[in-house]
Amino acid sequence: MSIAITTQIICFTVLSLVVLIGALGVVLLESIVYSAFLLGGVFMSVAGLYLLLNASFVAAAQVLVYVGAVNVLIIFAIMLVNKKEDLKPINDIKSRRIISTSICLTLLSLLIRVDLTNVWSLSSPQNSIGEESTIRIGEHLFSDYLLPFELASVLLLMAMIGAIVLARRDVMNKDISTGLPVDQELIEKSSEPLLTNKN
Amino acid sequence: MEYGLDLEYSFNEFLKGFGLSSEIAHIIWLPLPMLLVLVAAVVGVLVTVWLERKISAAAQQRIGPEYAGALGVLQPIADGLKLLVKEDIIPSKADGILFTAGPILVLVPVILSWLIVPFGQNLLISNVGIGIFLWIALSSIQPIGLLMSGYASNNKYSLLGGLRAAAQSISYEIPLALSVLAIVLMTNSLSTIDIVNQQSGAGILSWNIWRQPVGFIVFWICALAECERLPFDLPEAEEELVAGYQTEYAGMKFALFYLGSYINLILSALLVSILYLGGWSFPIPVELIAKFLNLPINAPLIQVFTASIGIVMTVLKAYLLVFIAILLRWTTPRVRIDQLLDLGWKFLLPISLANLLITAGLKLAFPQFFGG
Repeated sequence: MSIAITTQIICFTVLSLVVLIGALGVVLLESIVYSAFLLGGVFMSVAGLYLLLNASFVAAAQVLVYVGAVNVLIIFAIMLVNKKEDLKPINDIKSRRIISTSICLTLLSLLIRVDLTNVWSLSSPQNSIGEESTIRIGEHLFSDYLLPFELASVLLLMAMIGAIVLARRDVMNKDISTGLPVDQELIEKSSEPLLTNKN
Repeated sequence: MEYGLDLEYSFNEFLKGFGLSSEIAHIIWLPLPMLLVLVAAVVGVLVTVWLERKISAAAQQRIGPEYAGALGVLQPIADGLKLLVKEDIIPSKADGILFTAGPILVLVPVILSWLIVPFGQNLLISNVGIGIFLWIALSSIQPIGLLMSGYASNNKYSLLGGLRAAAQSISYEIPLALSVLAIVLMTNSLSTIDIVNQQSGAGILSWNIWRQPVGFIVFWICALAECERLPFDLPEAEEELVAGYQTEYAGMKFALFYLGSYINLILSALLVSILYLGGWSFPIPVELIAKFLNLPINAPLIQVFTASIGIVMTVLKAYLLVFIAILLRWTTPRVRIDQLLDLGWKFLLPISLANLLITAGLKLAFPQFFGG
């Protein structure tokens, strides 16, 4: 076995272990902050797996989009609303856990079946394009995958407009949570008075 | 256009001369450029710290460090030693794991980004195809480390500093990436080597700064904001937040932040010089000089000469930019957080978008000047 292949196997084992353990941690840990940071680690390891598959552009895009944007925003949101309060106990937690576990196991068996039935090996080694993949991805995005690409951007635009509508109270004349009419003059008005009269 | 020194090839051939297989020779070669670049980065930080102390002293009409070595050149080493032997303190109510992981997450992406900094045709660690995109992706990891250390410190100033750092970094990444995109559009490649080669046609006249003046300014402002240098150093504003996310840190962990911010500054300066100021190329093309002197461009002596000129030019351009950054730090006031975000989202973002659009139009109209 050559040194390159050994290195590849070691990297693959470490990365997949990190992905699996990290993903379990994201789901099972009580602390939401730890879950968010572990999610970043999982995204990074997935980028490492892409790198092992010679897809360097996809790996960098994964880091930029999932770690640099999605995960940072998740952590940002968690820290802005970081209230130290215990979660309310749920009555039928046991039956919920059983249902979710069985759904997850079904999905897992489906994935395993896909893994076993699909033919993964490429027909010829010339299919691996390596560094040229950036150009090839661009060509595909602007030819046969143009419609999905544009649809995704429309979806993002809708999400953005929705967020702006929710964040700016002057767009709507009613407060969403309380149903009270909103003072149109002050956008950043707090819902409770900041200073109480001390007399 | 494969010319220039290829140290890797000659080194491998040299080792094969001793009867080693090419794989083992490659493994022995691999750590060498990495170590070299790491040492270069750390020495660069020492020089920058010294420059910062001396220039700030000059700006405030002081003398600055004087006794540690000639002109105080050993002062940064003394600083580093002090941080190295200081006690490592983790506050009792802090989160130990995240508190330790934060500074590492800030430093590692910055050092990894040196992978793509070229000092000559073959003088870089790896000419990866995604080149400059790798740097953009890696620099987006940094805010996670800042948020992590801000949260783990269990201190409201730290948390506020971390949040500010993340907000700042997210908002300035977009115009930064858009101005890089305009350069990539002109080069038809993401590789830093290709970006420099595309500027090397007519010496100083073909540098990207003449074709992308708006992009140059936008990139420089965003790079300063990403480095948290003074007009934009809100995450660690002393008067408001003590020291931001660094407040609770001491000893080597603080030194990691310090090192990270200075390595990032040098890296940004190097990237500005690569993207806009012709990288390693001399203001007058070296080929022209060689032709004038009637020397063959592929002669070994000329090759060594051009390689050294390349390194000197890259470092010189980068340090000129570092000088401007230091001067800016000690002469400009800090912006407010709302001004900072306004500048990023309402001014730089539309301008860099328009710049990208105009570049694309000019590329279609004048392909010979703006890359065909």
